[in-house]
Amino acid sequence: MSMTLFLILCLNGLQYGMLLFLIAAGLTLVFGVMGFINLAHGVQYMVGAYMVYAYVALTDSFVLAVVLSLGTALLFGLLLEYLVFRHLYTRSHLDQVLATFGIIIFLNELAKVVFGPATLSIAPPEFLSGSIQLTETLRYPVYRFVTIVAGLAVALGLYFIVSYTRIGMLIRAGATTPDMVSALGVNIQRLFMIVFGVGAMLAGFAGVIAAPIFAIEPGMGDNILIVAFVVIIIGGIGSIGGAFVAALLVGLIDTLGRSVATMALSVVFDASFANQIGPALASMLIYILMAGILIVKPKGLLPAKGVA
Amino acid sequence: MDRSLVVAAFIFALLLASPFLLPLIGEGYLLGLIIKAMLLAIAAISLDLLIGHGGMVSLGHAGFVGVGAYSAAIGLESGIENILVLLLITLAVTGLVALVTGVLALRTSGVYFLMITLAFGQMIYFTLTSLAAYGGDDGLTLWSLATLFGSDVVQSGSGLYFVVLGTLFATWWGVYRITRSRFGRVLRAARDNPERAEVMGFSVTRYRLIAYLIAAMIAGVSGLLLVQHAEFVSPALAAWQRSGDLIVVVVLGGLASRNGAILGAFFIVIVEEVLGSILHEWRLIYGPLLVLMVLFAKGGISDLLAAKTPRGQTS
Amino acid sequence: MNTLEIRNLNKNFGALAVSRDISLSIGAGQCHALIGPNGAGKTTLIHQISGVLNADSGEIMLEGQDISHLSVSQRVQSGLGRTFQITSVLPSFSALENTAIAAQAKAGSSMRFFGDAASETALNALASETLHRVGLADRMDIPVADLSHGELRLLELAIALAARPKFLLLDEPMAGLGRTEGAALVQLLSELRGTLPMLLVEHDMDAIFQLADTVSVLVDGSIIAQGSPDEVRANAAARAAYLGEGAA
Repeated sequence: MSMTLFLILCLNGLQYGMLLFLIAAGLTLVFGVMGFINLAHGVQYMVGAYMVYAYVALTDSFVLAVVLSLGTALLFGLLLEYLVFRHLYTRSHLDQVLATFGIIIFLNELAKVVFGPATLSIAPPEFLSGSIQLTETLRYPVYRFVTIVAGLAVALGLYFIVSYTRIGMLIRAGATTPDMVSALGVNIQRLFMIVFGVGAMLAGFAGVIAAPIFAIEPGMGDNILIVAFVVIIIGGIGSIGGAFVAALLVGLIDTLGRSVATMALSVVFDASFANQIGPALASMLIYILMAGILIVKPKGLLPAKGVA
Repeated sequence: MDRSLVVAAFIFALLLASPFLLPLIGEGYLLGLIIKAMLLAIAAISLDLLIGHGGMVSLGHAGFVGVGAYSAAIGLESGIENILVLLLITLAVTGLVALVTGVLALRTSGVYFLMITLAFGQMIYFTLTSLAAYGGDDGLTLWSLATLFGSDVVQSGSGLYFVVLGTLFATWWGVYRITRSRFGRVLRAARDNPERAEVMGFSVTRYRLIAYLIAAMIAGVSGLLLVQHAEFVSPALAAWQRSGDLIVVVVLGGLASRNGAILGAFFIVIVEEVLGSILHEWRLIYGPLLVLMVLFAKGGISDLLAAKTPRGQTS
Repeated sequence: MNTLEIRNLNKNFGALAVSRDISLSIGAGQCHALIGPNGAGKTTLIHQISGVLNADSGEIMLEGQDISHLSVSQRVQSGLGRTFQITSVLPSFSALENTAIAAQAKAGSSMRFFGDAASETALNALASETLHRVGLADRMDIPVADLSHGELRLLELAIALAARPKFLLLDEPMAGLGRTEGAALVQLLSELRGTLPMLLVEHDMDAIFQLADTVSVLVDGSIIAQGSPDEVRANAAARAAYLGEGAA
């Protein structure tokens, strides 16, 4: 494999990792602070993607569409929280799974009804199209590059907020000792709402920036959600830093693995065998990684302090 | 007398009589529906052993149905016809997969366990989709099915019906005995309070692993029979949405209730058929129904049916 | 040979030393009390003996056998019994069933998939007898959720006793008990003391003076005083530790 190809794969891996981080961050926050298992988080991602599609069609401006989509994602998330989720915080995980499962079924079907079952796509905006020359031999799509930067910016922003602001402190406290926070007189309900809203927006943002790259279709959130789960298991539930590291790791391993697996196997085994096993192994890689981490560090790479 | 036995007797009597009653009404296709419901019930009873009795909420149980189905399909494609041999293969393969995933997954509990079983279920799903020789994503139509020592009696019609019914009965009975046994009691103790169970002297993980293995193998058998019935196999059997469906059936029927699992399975199959024939987008109703059920009706069907049995009694 | 012997137990949580070179030995028929201000490391010590936590170094010997590397359930199988400071029972079972399950753990294999465990006469008889012993005879079939706090503390004890332990760890058994209930429990424990050596962590000084043969005072992870109750009562260091904390 040439160096250029390798670098491109790495960049793609980073990009996928950023996407995963945006989704995983909201997921791990909501779980860490509220103990709430949100299977419907992937739906937020889908909403973001469909919304940017719809708003671009409506307004013809990508930037405006992004802003509107984020707003819609936030409102949508808050609506779900108000209608359904806030009644589930004290319920068992089983109940949470069931309720969020019902929401996924409903929303996937709704997407199918409103937008049709076919895969939709939008092109990256004009001002972000084309490629940039990164090195002598390496050209990389501008849009993808920008998504990596955007993801990093969000990660830094989150880090800053969680580590240095009052609300961040409350989030960290809420993640480790929610009862204490409540006892201190903090409006726990409002804190939950904020955490949930932020999580929904992050996932929606991921959907927005993913829309020009990946296919927009009903159920698109489901599969990436599970990968997000793998990410937070590897990174440690409740830990944003862990989610970041794990997301990049998973993104890189998955992207590189898919291309490399067959190639690597055919070095050792014969071509037909490698072609059969290669793709299977590639799709299993991240789960093998997860299993490996579980054996060595059952609480994840960077577990949030105080998580029992 | 244990009330659940009465209800079960009624259910099985009904199922036993159906093949003779239904043709009278001229509804052959209904039998196929009942078979589908029974197969769902078998998998649900096995999951209920995990969730209701063991407190282990697995979001990847459909994976074992898929593994079982593909073990059978691959066996058939490789020329193995005898259903008993296929059964052994299914049990062995499912058991092995369950052992490996179980040992890893049971290093965790609660929500970690939930996510890990989900992830393993996905892993199985993707492995199945990559089996290009067996249809990959699209699945595989099977042109030859299992036989019972050369006879095709178990391939369709009432022969298959009674095999499935027999398996359902065996599953019901087996899980019934297990839950009343010493093993079942320890499992429930661990469900209630795993630390207390450890301090009583039970190595909780060991018991849970065995329950996980048993449940997986039963689910695998339902996969084998599904192949016989549908004459088709596809990775969708192992999709996480199917795992979710199984959980819905279990909760709908009431936790730790075999009869409830059967009733829940029938309810779901009927709802799907009826709703599906009225409205193509029936999921728009089904989804919110689930949410409402969770928010308002805890306990499920079984609670509505059973009189308040003494606590601790399982039905 | 002492029933329970702890040699040079050390445990650190990062930079915090919670157990410093602790050594204890308790022989047949003895009741050894462990007292100390809050945060001294008493419960941590109990956790290390019962296996919930692993000590960093040192040995724990039960009847001469080193149990330091055994799991919690293995230690129980070896004869160690324990009650919890915060009642921990099985909520969906009755008092009798809780006790019977505890008995089941030591009565042959539980890897039996047939038979009806709930109606096993031997287990139920043992459970019933144990519940009689602790004074819960007429509350046997009551679901645990309906038992009073005092009854639950007794159930805790019954569960530990049903496994016929060789040694008993008691973590604040008097916690939350009223005067009469407390007195009854002390009476019960003093009856048990003859046949069942025990390590008792308590704050209730009356109980300690009635039950303990030896008292160890644990402060900041170290035993600063050890001797008979009277000796310890007179010990200056012990008094300082307690008067300083305002306890007892």
